[in-house]
Amino acid sequence: METRYKLNKNLAQMLKGGVIMDVTNAEQAKIAENAGAVAVMALERVPADIRRQGGVARMSDPKMIREIKETVSIPVMAKARIGHFVEAQILEALGIDYIDESEVLTPADDVNHINKSAFKIPFVCGARNLGEALRRIGEGASMIRTKGEAGTGNVIEAVRHMRTMTNDMKKVQSASSMELMHIAKEFGAPFEAIKYIHENGHLPVVNFAAGGIATPADAALMMQLGVDGVFVGSGIFKSGNPAKRAKAIVEATTYYDDPEKLAAISENLGEAMVGINIDELPQEQLLAQRGW
Amino acid sequence: MKTIGVLSMQGAVSEHLQKLQQVGVNAKRVRTQDDFSQIDGLIIPGGESTAIGKLLDDFNMTDFIREQIKNGLPVWGTCAGMILLAKNISNQEKTYLATMDITVQRNAYGSQLNSFVTEEKITQISPNKLPLIFIRAPYIESADTDVNILAVVDNNIVAAQQNNMLVTSFHPELTDNNDVHLYFKSMC
Repeated sequence: METRYKLNKNLAQMLKGGVIMDVTNAEQAKIAENAGAVAVMALERVPADIRRQGGVARMSDPKMIREIKETVSIPVMAKARIGHFVEAQILEALGIDYIDESEVLTPADDVNHINKSAFKIPFVCGARNLGEALRRIGEGASMIRTKGEAGTGNVIEAVRHMRTMTNDMKKVQSASSMELMHIAKEFGAPFEAIKYIHENGHLPVVNFAAGGIATPADAALMMQLGVDGVFVGSGIFKSGNPAKRAKAIVEATTYYDDPEKLAAISENLGEAMVGINIDELPQEQLLAQRGW
Repeated sequence: MKTIGVLSMQGAVSEHLQKLQQVGVNAKRVRTQDDFSQIDGLIIPGGESTAIGKLLDDFNMTDFIREQIKNGLPVWGTCAGMILLAKNISNQEKTYLATMDITVQRNAYGSQLNSFVTEEKITQISPNKLPLIFIRAPYIESADTDVNILAVVDNNIVAAQQNNMLVTSFHPELTDNNDVHLYFKSMC
């Protein structure tokens, strides 16, 4: 199982510097692949629609996932509800490449996350801070993403979560070894994982940004803040010209630190998705608070 | 000291940069045509060949890099890099740099659940057994006669060389072993 876990972390390494796009059917998956996505995330409704329509959001129809798998050659990911280990079993049986145990879907367990170490298939999980990331890694996640606030087209939460993670890591790194157990307690993180951060100064897995990225500049911002790549959910297929915007976000993720190229890339993309001010959302509608 | 570039459009770039430093060469991220004036060799890393290939096309790099390779620039493609260098891809029409006389199959082993690790001796590269990591890997289905076959795993060609071009289906940059990087250094 240790070899399997390493291979699963390795696949995430191959995705670095790339964009993973939410898609809800085979046609969108093809648009994403043609735009240069490194993987697609199959889900029933993009977060913006889940937010608007409400109701319980679940794993997608396996038929739709199969169709997407047959349509594209890049890795296919799909979402399972937090704690819903049977949805995860089904997704594993479909032979996809990665499962996202995601707060965007309605949680199935309000206490426990999936025991991801029991699976052969890799998992990516969301986190708002270092403690949460290390709890997910402790459960067997082989990739982490910031939660951000999905379906808002507002990058502020992704920025907050990435900055928090970076600051948490600095704190662990600069602490004396005597303080590590107290930090582990404070962060609610496994001691061994805190020790790893103390010694290495980075997460033991790849870390992407997600939740609110809607423009090439948003993607480049997250890259400059130190993430390894980006997830774009509603930002592409809720915009005026999905193919063009998708391509531009891919390019901006590669040339994230080249403002002249970013200016050219950002030109004339049509309308971005309509954003939501997170302050105006009632507490119970904040997806990032799901998971613990 | 030699300088070896790692093509940095997308993929496992930092892993190769770190290895290059360990084997005593200058390591450089390569993302524009200008960057090529400073390098003695180029690594095309693992990643998604469709994404890397598209970025190369969109930023007018494909023809330029092809010329550099034809003019003798030593190049090593790992995984996606192998696909980008192949003249033929059996399960798709689109090719990319298309400089090496090999036919490769993409995702030849299937999905991530079929990714695997094995060990093999590659006598032309090293006297040691090397750990070979395959991640949604391609392999070479067939190669022209002047392509030197370096390694075969389960009857599939997984490493080969043709003059200044080296390709591996597997990822030496993900292991603790530096022998393939040392070998490529000797090619540069």
